[in-house]
Amino acid sequence: MFMSKMHAAAPISPHRGPRDDSLGARLTSFVDHHANVLYPAPAIIALLALFVVPIAFTVYLSFQSWSLSATYLPKFVGLQNYVNLVTESRFHQALLNTFYYTILVLIIQLPLGIVMALIFNRPFWGRGVARTLFLFPMMATPVASLIGWRLILDPSTGVFRLLAPLGVPPITLLATDKLLIPTFVAIDTWQWTPFVALLMLAGLSGLPVEPFEAATIDGASSWQIFWQITLPLLRPVVIVAALFRIIDTLKVFDTIFVLTTGGVGSAGETLNIYAYRESFEYFHMGYAASLLVVFFLIILLFSLVLMRIRRGE
Amino acid sequence: MTVTTSQLHARRIWKRRLNSSLFYLLVIVSMLPFVLPFVWMLMNSLKNALDITAIPPKLVFVPTLQNYRKIVSDPNLLLYFRNSAIIALGSTSLGLILGLPAAYSIARYRQSQLSLGVLLARIIPGMSLLVPWFIFFTFTRLRDTLVAMTATHLTITLPLAIWIMIGFFEDFPRELEDAAVVDGCSVTGALLRVAVPIVMPGIIVSFILGFTFSWNNFLYSMMIGGPATRTLPVVAYNQIDMYRTDWGAMAASAFVLTLPVLLITLFVQRYIVRGLTFGAVKG
Repeated sequence: MFMSKMHAAAPISPHRGPRDDSLGARLTSFVDHHANVLYPAPAIIALLALFVVPIAFTVYLSFQSWSLSATYLPKFVGLQNYVNLVTESRFHQALLNTFYYTILVLIIQLPLGIVMALIFNRPFWGRGVARTLFLFPMMATPVASLIGWRLILDPSTGVFRLLAPLGVPPITLLATDKLLIPTFVAIDTWQWTPFVALLMLAGLSGLPVEPFEAATIDGASSWQIFWQITLPLLRPVVIVAALFRIIDTLKVFDTIFVLTTGGVGSAGETLNIYAYRESFEYFHMGYAASLLVVFFLIILLFSLVLMRIRRGE
Repeated sequence: MTVTTSQLHARRIWKRRLNSSLFYLLVIVSMLPFVLPFVWMLMNSLKNALDITAIPPKLVFVPTLQNYRKIVSDPNLLLYFRNSAIIALGSTSLGLILGLPAAYSIARYRQSQLSLGVLLARIIPGMSLLVPWFIFFTFTRLRDTLVAMTATHLTITLPLAIWIMIGFFEDFPRELEDAAVVDGCSVTGALLRVAVPIVMPGIIVSFILGFTFSWNNFLYSMMIGGPATRTLPVVAYNQIDMYRTDWGAMAASAFVLTLPVLLITLFVQRYIVRGLTFGAVKG
């Protein structure tokens, strides 16, 4: 009975000529019949150890008070960390900054990415080279390109010196509170718009030809074609691009940390940076854990909403 | 006045030429912002201390290699380079070894809950993993070891490898592999001898992207690494403070740090585009 069950699990039962009872053959047969469990097992164990256990520990920590000390062990404090979190004005500020950052990224990068995709969708001489150069901002090591950006923005080495002969005083974007997040977003746009454009390009190349032919025959202008045909057909890809950008933007760290050498003021502090400081600068492990749990839930919520929208199509 | 057909024809040609040169102008203008920062970085790395802060900025100058000489004179540079390479190669290989059979199984037995779990790995903020790891590795005295570094980088490379490979295995014609099994090949044999050679492009994509993302990683390496396992991004970051106003050295180290990744990009761009857009558009 057990045997028949195993055979049912395997889609095709291997039958090899004469019966082979050697250990190797029996092992192979065992693996074959349980491939659907044995193949993913090592990866599942690794994912459990590297993701699930840490997440569970973070949730546990969020109900404790602990300063990473080996002598003073974690102390259960119930929901106190969460209460502190929702009443903390610094958390509110970080939340607002994160949303502001993310919204700016979306309203700039999605339209820009579509425009760039439309330009690059047309075959032209040198398109391959252009596409390679296009990959550089997102593939380059962020720390390296961000150091490059520091040199570009710094008053003593930066591009604003070009304006000096015109009598323009030195501009210090990173020292102006109101311009902090827009500056981060500008660099983020440099880094990630090509990625959005690549997604859109892949989407464009997969569109059916018929609606465009029909519209051209009917004498539609290219403007009409874009708004009435291209964009609606591209909608699923736009949503996926938005999903990717939201997930990554909510978690932004390197850009802010490297540009300000870890010393960003409250005007530029996002949730991830705030969580970093609470954990590794102040060692409020329990409080930081509650922040991280809430942070995770926020990202999960946004992702689920977008995936629901996509599924609804 | 009448216009002859040949005049009309000439006019049309000129109009087309104007259109195409306008189009090229558009392409160049849209490319420039993405390329110029690298040019600026490269230029600064080749300038001496005086040229680098000149007002107005010097676009024409005598290039010098003194900044690169300063970088190379660091006796630990080779160690940092080796650390970066070992961790990136190790975590990418391990990610593929673990991820390949998993992706095969997910694609073949339609284990969609598993693929959802892999997607979740993309959503989780790294910081919420880093805090427990930091605590665990601190108390087990495993911080600043290559094992701990490779393990943390595996969280980048493993989900990536599984995700990309699912797509490739789903595209792979199952009949081929069923035929091999009917012919007396084991499932594992069919995977290794029939499926793997066909999905080789996917393996290359996973390897390139995994290597790049591990090489580029800063946060995990900064917190879990130490003097013995420091990777290049962390070294470059520390130099911001160390060199302070030595901008040329900073630019040179940034350039050296990212050069391997840019070279990879240059040679295998086709694969990268495929890997980056794969799951996204197929959906």
